[in-house]
Amino acid sequence: MSSLQNTTNEVLRLAAEHFKVPREQLSADDDFFKTLGINSLQTLDLLTRIEQHFQIELPDYELQGVSDFRTLAERIQSRL
Amino acid sequence: MKTFQGKTLSWHVLDGAIELVLDRAPCNEIGSATLEELEQFAAALAARQSEAHALIISSARTEGFCAGADLRELYRRTQGMDLDARLGGLHDFLERIHRVMNAIDAAPMTTIAAVNGLAFGGGFELALTCDLIVADKMARFCFPELRLGLIPGFGGIPRLKRDVGNAVVRDLLLTGRSINATKSQAVGLVSQVTSEGDALRIARATASQLRKFDRATAVAAKRFIKPIPYDELRQEIEIFCELFTQPAVEAGLRKFVNSTDALPYLP
Repeated sequence: MSSLQNTTNEVLRLAAEHFKVPREQLSADDDFFKTLGINSLQTLDLLTRIEQHFQIELPDYELQGVSDFRTLAERIQSRL
Repeated sequence: MKTFQGKTLSWHVLDGAIELVLDRAPCNEIGSATLEELEQFAAALAARQSEAHALIISSARTEGFCAGADLRELYRRTQGMDLDARLGGLHDFLERIHRVMNAIDAAPMTTIAAVNGLAFGGGFELALTCDLIVADKMARFCFPELRLGLIPGFGGIPRLKRDVGNAVVRDLLLTGRSINATKSQAVGLVSQVTSEGDALRIARATASQLRKFDRATAVAAKRFIKPIPYDELRQEIEIFCELFTQPAVEAGLRKFVNSTDALPYLP
């Protein structure tokens, strides 16, 4: 099983790749809505990318109140 | 009319297939303007059905296939109306959209929804009228209506129930969560999953294959295997209108319309 650190790094890489921002501009505690400047539709795209990459299902409601990459990685980790 | 260019959608005939293309910013929300043009499309479909063997419904919006009913318009229009007037207007809208959905559902040709991005609420319901759903891998399907104290109102529950197991219907309806294309294919909802941006191309390739078959046989097969649940569709309208009178609905609509939340669709 991946460690939380590995999962967080993977999420940061996926987000950087999908939204075409330099990976080094993102860190685990960033508010991804603000850092990436994304809206709800784009958040769904990120959710789909995450589900495909980790081969999991992550219900939308698990993202409620989640705004930083580290907490997002924790939600993913509990599904691995 | 062989081609039509409206404010919210267009249609044309390509290689014997009618292509209906939704195109209203931001994500093809269905309000009164879209409904009027969908009604025109349904009339044209009836008039030209002998000339086409397939119908493909797609979206020109990169944001997705269709985000469902235009809740902002619904909220704006019902402000200041008394309950009877609100209910009357709602009932009329639902009857009209059901006539359109039923016409597409019953069309004597094979119908394909080419879904990109999100198909939420009424958008999901429109896709469910089609015989086949081809979805690109970034597609997501969702019934978020319970968030507003409502159920899907454009025929979604009876049509979803027709296509997949009851446990899947309950999961989608009662949790309001969205599912991706891979999951949707696994539960039997989606026929083919394509690479990103390729749903329309694959839908056209599928329509080309259908052209090889005898038209009358294909129509007979469709009529035999795809009954339209008219009684349940009527019940859905009545339940929707009954729920609409609850105070929670107006509060839910107001919250949605005024929301600055990054995830306003979440239950």
